Amino acid sequence: MTTRKTLNHVVVAVKQVPDTTQVKVDPATGTLIREGVPFIMNPFDTHAVEEALRLKDRFGCLVTAVTMGPPNAAATLRKCLALGVDDVVLVSDRVFGGADTLATSYVLSEVIRRVEKEQGRVDLVICGKQTIDGDTAQVGPGIAVRLNYCLLTLVDRILDISGAERTITVRRKLEGRREVVRALMPACLTLVREVNEPRYPKVPNRLMAETAEIPVWDNQFLQLSLSRVGLKGSPTHVKKIFAPERARGEILGDAENDPEGAVALLIRRLIEKDLISVGR
Amino acid sequence: MSQTENVIFAVVLAIAVAAFLQSAWRLVSFIRLGKPDGRLSGELVRRFWTMLVYAFWQRRVRKEPYGWNHFFLFWGFIILFLANGEFVIAGLFPSLTFELLGERIYGVLLFLFDVVSMIVLVNVAIAFFRRLVLKPAHIEYNSRDGYLILSLIGALMLAFFCLYGSEFASGTMSVAGVMPFTETIFAPLMGSLFGSAAPIAARVFWWLHGLIVLSFLNYLPYSKHMHILTAIPNCYARSFEYPATVPREEFKPGAQFGVSVVDEFSWKDLLDFTACTECGRCNQNCPATSTGKPLNPRLLVHDGKVNLLTNGPKLLQGNRSANLLPLIGTTDEHEGTVGEDALWACTTCGACMTNCPVFIEHVPKIIKMRRHLVENEARFPHELSVFFESVEQRSNPWGITPGDRAKWARDLSVPLMSDAKCDTLFFVGCAGAFDARNKKVATAVVRALKAAGVEFAILGTEEKCCGDSVRRLGNEYLFERMAKANVELFKKYDVRRIITYCPHCYTTLKHDYRQFGMETQVVHHSEFLHELLETGRLKLDGNKPAVDGKVLYHDSCYLGRYNGLYEEPREVVQRVTGRAPLEMDRRLEKSFCCGAGGGRMWMEEEPEHRINANRVREALGKDADVIAVACPYCMTMFDDGIKDERAEGRVKVMDIAELVAARLPG
Ligand SMILES: Cc1cc2nc3c(=O)[nH]c(=O)nc-3n(C[C@H](O)[C@H](O)[C@H](O)COP(=O)(O)OP(=O)(O)OC[C@H]3O[C@@H](n4cnc5c(N)ncnc54)[C@H](O)[C@@H]3O)c2cc1C
Ligand code: SF4
Ligand code: SF4
Repeated sequence: MTTRKTLNHVVVAVKQVPDTTQVKVDPATGTLIREGVPFIMNPFDTHAVEEALRLKDRFGCLVTAVTMGPPNAAATLRKCLALGVDDVVLVSDRVFGGADTLATSYVLSEVIRRVEKEQGRVDLVICGKQTIDGDTAQVGPGIAVRLNYCLLTLVDRILDISGAERTITVRRKLEGRREVVRALMPACLTLVREVNEPRYPKVPNRLMAETAEIPVWDNQFLQLSLSRVGLKGSPTHVKKIFAPERARGEILGDAENDPEGAVALLIRRLIEKDLISVGR
Repeated sequence: MSQTENVIFAVVLAIAVAAFLQSAWRLVSFIRLGKPDGRLSGELVRRFWTMLVYAFWQRRVRKEPYGWNHFFLFWGFIILFLANGEFVIAGLFPSLTFELLGERIYGVLLFLFDVVSMIVLVNVAIAFFRRLVLKPAHIEYNSRDGYLILSLIGALMLAFFCLYGSEFASGTMSVAGVMPFTETIFAPLMGSLFGSAAPIAARVFWWLHGLIVLSFLNYLPYSKHMHILTAIPNCYARSFEYPATVPREEFKPGAQFGVSVVDEFSWKDLLDFTACTECGRCNQNCPATSTGKPLNPRLLVHDGKVNLLTNGPKLLQGNRSANLLPLIGTTDEHEGTVGEDALWACTTCGACMTNCPVFIEHVPKIIKMRRHLVENEARFPHELSVFFESVEQRSNPWGITPGDRAKWARDLSVPLMSDAKCDTLFFVGCAGAFDARNKKVATAVVRALKAAGVEFAILGTEEKCCGDSVRRLGNEYLFERMAKANVELFKKYDVRRIITYCPHCYTTLKHDYRQFGMETQVVHHSEFLHELLETGRLKLDGNKPAVDGKVLYHDSCYLGRYNGLYEEPREVVQRVTGRAPLEMDRRLEKSFCCGAGGGRMWMEEEPEHRINANRVREALGKDADVIAVACPYCMTMFDDGIKDERAEGRVKVMDIAELVAARLPG
């Protein structure tokens, strides 16, 4: 196993999610209608993959993408391969189903340990800031804590990586300010979408990815305690899912035929409600 | 002529002919480097006829000023070919001349050669005048090549006259009174210049003439005048499929896509490069060139040729890796290299191809090179990322939820294919389904079809983007997905006829989808409305007034040039308004693009170079009240351009379907 100097190995955690803009709520039951809704890679995670690939372009490190999900999540891993990721792992087993963030981050951290054992030293784990379906933003931090990695959330730029000092310097996007932080590697990052613009896959890679063998790790292989994974390992219990009630909104003007008028009306209302102010 | 002279000439001739054959063969082997292209199978008679009409009768060449000029030079050449043939043979065997045909025929031939030579000389003078004095912007008037070749032709004619003039002056001609220009101008001139030395002068001019002919022969394969050799086969091999649709690609692992090295073009592409006459008609009509973009179709073809001639020897040796002159480069500066920015500037409007006298196919080459950039390199203007992702994930360019695709028709009670048993499909297209302005056009089409009692259905949320822009942008991989999905849908519902109101959907379904096994009839609403009005199935309300004011018609590239639909939309306007529409200056085959084709709709364009602004200004100059279009892209580009020109109050843009709908009863 050769270890690359500055950066040896980056693991990206990606999740396959329903294209939530296409999800409708069933008015009768108040639950999500998931049928026929296409799955996509969690949009935040496309930036995580891109950032890992940029590190690969710069330092020649190995990039592995892991996901936990049902067998059809292989499609998202194929997309990772098409983009240029070296290796993928699909963590899939019935016993992992129904996991909350606690169980998810536990399994993922064990998977990363295993990846490290097989592929060599991991320097960075990169996650999206949050998903568009679960929306908790807890999995990244959960992984960091379990692996005892430095945690750098809300990163909008990687500024520097020093192989000699084994440090990483990043900028974090906080409300109303930015923060530059240097931390020791290995570290776990969660990224905001401003961090980069994802690349487009090359067709030769896509064709290769279409037929690639996707390694599946089940619990037979991982041998994790059943009480810590899946539904059983999840203290969170969903009581109810519902679309929140809200008062009927108002459609201002006729944007289709008179966009200027509609915009003028909107601005007036926003000023009236003191939501925006007019410059001096 | 002495025997030594014969022998010397034989040696010179042998060397010259061998050199010519060698360079001609070199050219042929370069062209054979190209990939196969199945076009030549069958249609022999049609091809032969085309060659006669376009290469020999020069139908397209003569469409422009100075086309006749070229015609005379060309035919002068053909006739003088006879004279030069005799000249060469007589140089070897002095007794074998046209004199053997008898005095009558000999006299007629000499007369012909004399007059034709003068015509050629005059046309050479005109050509010089055009280049030196008129200096038209669209041709490279100070090309060395151009002057050299004109000088050679002129010198050849003068040598001819001087040769015969000296012969007459020496009294060695067996006939008299048959060569009007030679005998009245050159014979006295030679006589007074050389006196008794006229026979020697005749020998000198003979040799001069011979050397010019042979130099000309050997200069041909190295100059733009190689088109004399290649334009004729190029017309023979033209594409009858109009537009020349790009071929499919085979997506198998390990393959490379598109073209990044010149030998990845088809042999026809390579023949095209060598056939260019550098007449400049392509760039004269090119919207990108006209608005100062880095694309110039003539230079693109020229760069292809230079690249082929430069890399040809290495490629022939199978050396495809090292030290090749790159075909595609990041800037346009190097001769023989096409700039990426030039490739992205093309709207695929087809004005270059339709106006090229020798049927050079620019657009497929541009698309092939784009394919390389998109598919192998994933390198393209960044705004296209979002566009490609939207088409791929949401099957429409705007990235709007596919579930909303049928919303525009909510209140129109249009049946869905999945509910109705119906063999006519209205393929709405993404613009009609998602773009606010164009939804109204789709609605107008529905109203007209209903008024005429046409039974039809739509695909609703099942419809997918036809993939037009995707294909023209070189993303064949994605296009194939869209095409297969749509063709599958048409099969599933056993669709027999498809109506579309978008020329881009129309072209894609009608021509491109053929490559995917689709045979369904496709009609554009301009054809269909025209037929409905013509047959009386669609009745206009006599009491409803026609649209207010004067209507100006704009030809959409994909309707006119790509499908020859020029008359139908005009007649629809005529029927609805009671008079023929106003016309743009640049119309029909020379119509000026709105700027949205070829995927340009989804790309940035610097404000100072906008194609739509150029076209809108032309339209505003016509003082029309309505600009009639028959394409959703044109609609958007005109609407935007009019806003940019702050002319909103002066003119409005309407689709021909809306003109019709305004006059429907009820
Ligand atoms: C109330 C509630 C009810 C739920 N009900 C269900 C249910 O019925 N069925 C069901 O399937 N799920 C359900 N979930 C979802 C599931 O618990 C979470 O999706 C999962 O634990 C990940 O959390 P998240 O989506 O919030 O990820 P976040 O913490 O928001 O994600 C941050 C980042 O972590 C990484 N990441 C997250 N998840 C994965 C993964 N699986 N593999 C790889 N990387 C990952 C990604 O990089 C992601 O960008 C529910 C969640 C909640 C909160
Ligand atoms: S297709 Fe149109 S834009 Fe493209 S090169 Fe030809 S004339 Fe120019
Ligand atoms: S490509 Fe055709 S139109 Fe353009 S310069 Fe050459 S011959 Fe003329």
